[in-house]
Amino acid sequence: MNIAVIGTGMTVFGERWEISPRALARDAVKQALEDAGCDKKNIQALYVANMLSGMLGMQGHLGALFAEELRLSIPAYTIEGACASGGLAIHTAVLSILSGEYETVLVLGVEKMTDHKPEQVSSALMGAGSNEERLAGATFPGLYAILARSHMEAYGTTVKELASVAVKNHYHASFNPKAQYQKPISIETVLHSSCVADPLKLLDCSPVTDGAAAVILSKKPTKNGVTIIASQVATDTLGLAERKSLTTIAATTEASCKAFTLASISLKDIHVAEVHDCFTIAEILALEDMGFVKKGEAGKRISEGAFTLGTAKQCVINSSGGLKACGHPVGATGVKQIVEITDQLRGRCGKRQVQHARVGLTHNVGGTGATAVVHILRKEMYA
Amino acid sequence: MIGIVSYGTYVPRYRVSIKEIALAWKKDPEEIAIALGVREKSVPGIDEDAVTIAIEAASQSLSLFLKKPNAIEALFVGSESHPYAVNPTSTIVGELLDIGHEYLASDLEFACKAGTAAVQMIAGLVASGQITYGMAIGADTAQSKPHDALEYTSASAGVAVILGKTHIIADLISYNSYSSDTPDFWRRDGIRYPSHAGRFTGEPAYFAHVMGAAQRLLNKSKVNISDIDYCVFHMPNGKFPREAAKRLGFADKQLGASLVVDHIGNPYSASSLMGLASVLDVAKPNKTIFMVSYGSGAGSDAFLWKTTKEISKFHSKQKKSGYTIEHQLRQTTDITYTEYLKYTHKL
Repeated sequence: MNIAVIGTGMTVFGERWEISPRALARDAVKQALEDAGCDKKNIQALYVANMLSGMLGMQGHLGALFAEELRLSIPAYTIEGACASGGLAIHTAVLSILSGEYETVLVLGVEKMTDHKPEQVSSALMGAGSNEERLAGATFPGLYAILARSHMEAYGTTVKELASVAVKNHYHASFNPKAQYQKPISIETVLHSSCVADPLKLLDCSPVTDGAAAVILSKKPTKNGVTIIASQVATDTLGLAERKSLTTIAATTEASCKAFTLASISLKDIHVAEVHDCFTIAEILALEDMGFVKKGEAGKRISEGAFTLGTAKQCVINSSGGLKACGHPVGATGVKQIVEITDQLRGRCGKRQVQHARVGLTHNVGGTGATAVVHILRKEMYA
Repeated sequence: MIGIVSYGTYVPRYRVSIKEIALAWKKDPEEIAIALGVREKSVPGIDEDAVTIAIEAASQSLSLFLKKPNAIEALFVGSESHPYAVNPTSTIVGELLDIGHEYLASDLEFACKAGTAAVQMIAGLVASGQITYGMAIGADTAQSKPHDALEYTSASAGVAVILGKTHIIADLISYNSYSSDTPDFWRRDGIRYPSHAGRFTGEPAYFAHVMGAAQRLLNKSKVNISDIDYCVFHMPNGKFPREAAKRLGFADKQLGASLVVDHIGNPYSASSLMGLASVLDVAKPNKTIFMVSYGSGAGSDAFLWKTTKEISKFHSKQKKSGYTIEHQLRQTTDITYTEYLKYTHKL
């Protein structure tokens, strides 16, 4: 499969109190259309990725809403898969082009979170968890803390190694003018931040964010030459209690294996990847479950700088700053990952540019791993 | 020239520490104290409310006033904790102050800036010649829901300011306001505790309005920051006034005298007026004071004051009476979190 990413756009991520979801969407889509040099009359379908609008904003029916806002009278769909909504929307859009039904489609990820109280947002996000977890009063920081504690006990991963994920991603975000947090931080700062759910500190957690991202996909390649060469989804049990292991996200392993097989490439070919670091432990699990490192070694390797811009020898992880520092507007995140990797492969990421990046990967997770979406993108040499 | 003729303050003696509240909720006390810049807050006694607190402050201001109480021709009380939804605080206060019945009474509500709104209105009435002396009061027993972030700072105090045209201790050089419909904090009728929009109460609310009013007053009065001796800002916590001062270019020594928040928390309508009173307590003649209040919902009132020679005589009377804020801040009784719940009628 070769689906071209012909245009990308994203808003500044952060506390965007002054701007509505409609305006966020307009901003991201305008950028994507201009980037693609594409008239919107050529867009044949719209896929909207969002998780929380129904619960926080009391607004469903987002396909029609954003089609109206963008003055597009075309088929429009809402895709929801918790924090993997963006990745799922990209996957669905890819399938729609592969089916032959559409030639060029728009994927919009949009989320407005900071207008609501933290307890309302936490409660709404638990819509991605299992009923048992909700009844037990669990929140996602608590659930990921269970995963972190299990990993620490099984492999000796330390809180400093967890913190090194945040330090790396804040460092990368310091070069990203659209990131929510553009300030580098130290290991000590992470370790001395408030404890949210032991062993996770405040700075081990991704923030609540407003933002939108948009990509235009087409079966017709353009001169920018970036294509999606694999798009795979896997699912697992909704709650942690039914999992076979608390130190592996099986859906990540399955989706990535299928993607590598489909793309006929191996991990060592990946130069840059955006992985789902909603909590620092999540990036550690992602790197191990996709095979970037052996099980139990991710924390050590990350803290050694093996995936940091400037010191990485093989692959830079989360050059945008990841969810941790670029921000995590949940429905938009999976789309923003495609935006970042496309921009990296097109060599237009400025100070955070990964040199000679030709193949990239995105990894988007819903819940604690009930859904995982993996995409592999390549810069085509003919461009 | 219009200005302050007298003022009085009242801070309830009870203090609950941030540590005491934090430990009740299994929070790290030091982390919260550092984050908010507050160590303890004032708590009203079990038999105190906005009316009794207003009366205490007003009585003090009248005892330092050169005229008889019936010289007061307008009495406005700003509070967000008026005991009655219908039945004015101002008339109860006026009756107990024995100011007679020939006066204009009115209650004001504008979150934490109702007191400074009262000051502006009294100043207008005096300026117009409609009245000779008027009293503006900011008094609150601020509410907060247990375990809400507000619980660490919502405090209690009152300040009464008498304005007139003779025997002025601080001239009102200039003033203005800055307002918008910004719903950062609210309490609907019949609801016991206020709601707030978390971090939204910072940049688009407090800072936008404080900076808006401050900048407007600086432009209008054509005064330089370096020419101002003292600055006062509304103190919802210890951090915001320091940040506002820093953004405007004030030095620590210009702000320091006003920071009562460190000792009493945020007594809402009395907060910025209490900061002003703290400065007036120590200011020598011919000192310029820049003051900006903030009320959620939202708006800021900004004032430029200049002390006169009369303030020295006022200080002498104050000291004889033991009415300084410094004196009041020394008269404290520490209470437990349980006692705090009891005194604020939550238990």
